[in-house]
Amino acid sequence: MPSILKPFIPLNPLPKNELGLTVRDYEGAMSTLCAGCGHDSVTAAISHAFFELSTPPRSIAKLSGIGCSSKTPTYFVRGAHGFNSAHGRMATIATGANAANRELTYIGISGDGDSLSIGLGHLMHAIRRNVNMVYVIENNGVYGLTKGQLSASADIGSSPKKGEPNLLAPIDPIMVGLSLGATFLARSFSGDKEQLIPILKAAVKHHGFALIDVISPCVTFNDHEGSTKSYKFFREHEVQEVEADFVPLRIPIRAKIPSDSAKEVVMHDGSVMRFRSLPEGYDPSDRSKVEEYIRDRQSRGEIATGLLYLNESGQELHELNHTPDTGLNRVPYEKLCPGADELTKLQADFR
Amino acid sequence: MTMTEKAKVRSQVNDFSIKLANVNGTGSSSANGLLVQAIFRMGIPVSGKNLFPSNIQGLPTWYEIRINASGYTARALDYDLVVAMNAQTYVEDIQEVTSGGYLLYDSSWPLDPDLEREDITFLGVPLAAMCLEAFSKPRERILMKNVAYAGAVVALVGVDIDVVANLLAENFARNEALRDSNQRALRLGYEYAMTNFDCPLSFRLESLHENDDSILIDGNTAAALGCLYAGATVAGWYPITPATAVMDNFTKLCATYRRELIANDDPLAKPEYKNNYLIIQAEDEIASIGMVLGAGWSGARAFTSTSGPGISLMSELLGLGYYTEIPAVIIDVQRVGPSTGMPTRTQQGDILMCAYASHGDTKHILLFPANPHECFEFAVACFDLAERFQTPVFMLSDLDIGMNDWVVPKLSWDDNFIPDRGRVLSDDDLAGIPEFFRYTNEDDHFIAPRTIPGSDAKGAYFVRGSGHDKFGRYTETPDSYQEVIDRLKLKHAAAAAYVPTPVIERRKKATVGVITIGSCDLAVREALVELDEQGLVCDFLRVRGFPFVEDVRAFVEEHNRCFVVEQNRDAQLRSLIAIETGVAIEKMTSVLAYGGFPLSAKQVVDSVLTQMEIS
Repeated sequence: MPSILKPFIPLNPLPKNELGLTVRDYEGAMSTLCAGCGHDSVTAAISHAFFELSTPPRSIAKLSGIGCSSKTPTYFVRGAHGFNSAHGRMATIATGANAANRELTYIGISGDGDSLSIGLGHLMHAIRRNVNMVYVIENNGVYGLTKGQLSASADIGSSPKKGEPNLLAPIDPIMVGLSLGATFLARSFSGDKEQLIPILKAAVKHHGFALIDVISPCVTFNDHEGSTKSYKFFREHEVQEVEADFVPLRIPIRAKIPSDSAKEVVMHDGSVMRFRSLPEGYDPSDRSKVEEYIRDRQSRGEIATGLLYLNESGQELHELNHTPDTGLNRVPYEKLCPGADELTKLQADFR
Repeated sequence: MTMTEKAKVRSQVNDFSIKLANVNGTGSSSANGLLVQAIFRMGIPVSGKNLFPSNIQGLPTWYEIRINASGYTARALDYDLVVAMNAQTYVEDIQEVTSGGYLLYDSSWPLDPDLEREDITFLGVPLAAMCLEAFSKPRERILMKNVAYAGAVVALVGVDIDVVANLLAENFARNEALRDSNQRALRLGYEYAMTNFDCPLSFRLESLHENDDSILIDGNTAAALGCLYAGATVAGWYPITPATAVMDNFTKLCATYRRELIANDDPLAKPEYKNNYLIIQAEDEIASIGMVLGAGWSGARAFTSTSGPGISLMSELLGLGYYTEIPAVIIDVQRVGPSTGMPTRTQQGDILMCAYASHGDTKHILLFPANPHECFEFAVACFDLAERFQTPVFMLSDLDIGMNDWVVPKLSWDDNFIPDRGRVLSDDDLAGIPEFFRYTNEDDHFIAPRTIPGSDAKGAYFVRGSGHDKFGRYTETPDSYQEVIDRLKLKHAAAAAYVPTPVIERRKKATVGVITIGSCDLAVREALVELDEQGLVCDFLRVRGFPFVEDVRAFVEEHNRCFVVEQNRDAQLRSLIAIETGVAIEKMTSVLAYGGFPLSAKQVVDSVLTQMEIS
């Protein structure tokens, strides 16, 4: 299917952000996904998050692997460079791009097939390296483009549209992330813009690898009875206890927040993630508590959503490697080549 | 034991070879390297070939030293002196001594009389016994045995003992205890040989001045230097024999030459620095090439180093790099395949795989260095080619070049060198054009200008490994798809004029042509001298780059018969020449060596002569 340009429909004056851009400037080509696909809602949330953050489009780089989800980077921020790579390999390409130029904001869009099967190893190592990027898994439990095979995130007992129910344990990217020392772990639902946009904004501002597992129902292959990734099932089983607001650096905080339930985490750039509602005893910076909470909810058949874990003190890839603040792709060649005299000198070691 | 007079007296100055049989993991390689370095410093052309097992400790390992004043230092197959330090391999090691030659063994234990040979001389040196007496620590007794046999060899073949002593002093400058132990061990072996044998033997060394403008270096170190000088800033890699030392060396070089201290007024502050490089040890080779492509997309010079199994894993993404036109440099230090094969043995088995790596119609640019000097120069060239032609470029070295020490001309650098960054549009360039489409506006070489992420939004585009038209848009339309893929073929062909030219040497009255590649170079050149003496005059061509220039086709056409010498079973270079130049494959006769040891001239001569007789 060819990529289709979105028709420009002039509406009433749209609100503008600090750069004078409207949310339309953060959109891309027309989606070619199925009508009602959860992924399109995620795309819209991403456009909104970048719009609200006033991120210059040119400072964004968007990457993806292969699959329905991986098509979506063409549908947002048309002014950003994009890279639709190979199945499961997006994390490696994003790592290299980030290594070469740390000055851009990297967002990777992937799916459960892309990230939890063929690309699981790369995802895990990108988490370990704490590559500074947003990594969104649009998780629907099935392979859409190949017509509905179960993926590694399918729950035990969940049935595909055709065939036998799944008997294998699912891979939960949040639990994987917790075990690997991930610094930002969130789960959300494509149908919940109110929750997803602040999480995306916090992820962009997070200093390190921000993993967002977005349950994003597949209307064509996984929205039926027996599916645990359907709109209906998710709405019935979601537990939104870990609620948080993203408070950007420059905007004064107006809302009065009840002090008994609030926890704040100051992001690297000075902006604040404010948890406005937390379950009793929950601490989003305590790895073991988070794990215990998620497991407890799972055992009751519930899916906890929100920004579940956050650690702003970790060092990201470039800090670990002491690279300069500007991109390595901008270091002038004169600084990189030791020159003829030095070559003569160093060859004394080879005599 | 006294020396026995043998009927056949060999007398060669600066023309002989030594084989040292050791147990791996016992520290022998530094003693063997010491001998090679000392001979090099005496100004005599020399090579050291390490024939080692894929193992850490306990298995047989051999080291061969070839000395040849004319510079023919390819692997020799006849050994004038064998140092047999491994009882497990006595039988075969004794058989390998050339008739009239010598065998040095550890006479601390008696030699099985069944192993005796009438036509060679046995030189017993009680190495273990001497070291047991001279050294107290168990580990030292084992290690110093190596330096002691080196001392005996020094005496036997006339290595300048002062040169060796200086080397030990330099190597252990910071460790007085080790330096003294080494010096003592050296003297132990040396004095024993001087006292008990007629030193030097009839074959021996005499100082020359052949190496004044040369260095002794392995190809992996030289390749790493090339990457440093080319300005590579990002590297992704996964450990693999025999390529690991490329990245080890690059890492060391970067720590020395790419670290910027940050000025700080506070004299007591801990010094802070910034690294103008980022090397990532990846989770596998797939990730390595993914990182390289990501960095190349972002406008950094990036590379990976690997061997055949790594290329197999990288194949998918190499196709992505080719189709989306992203620069990348891959250094393939070839080893014996297929599968795990023999990781510590050499071969040229990746030629076809690299030429066409990945599914679908793909063709890559390949450079074939023959020695460490070319590893340095070609590594630099790879980065220019990759950025100019916006595509993955391979340098195909091999284990023999990469891990063995070679005497090569000193490396030189032109400070006026400006890297060729290829066609990249700046914001100003973008401002001057109405619209930007990724694969349009190609030049004479079919190269379309690219933009780098972070550019003005006008230059933003979507890289896609899926079918795309020249505008960079998704397509499933035959004509639009073909238009791009056809241009890629022309672009690849255009690179022929930019890869290193073949080395061609024509001789008067030559009747056949000999074509070769990479590390076969020295052995083939030596073979041509031998063939000439036997009445067969040959022209010579060494391929150094792919795509091939017209000269390669012409060379095959102008000879009634060509031999193609290469180190693989399936005559991969011959096939590639036939496929790509259209010459009749029957015009080329293969000379193949693929057992895993470096090529020797004898193998080439024997094969050529046999095949000449047959026809």
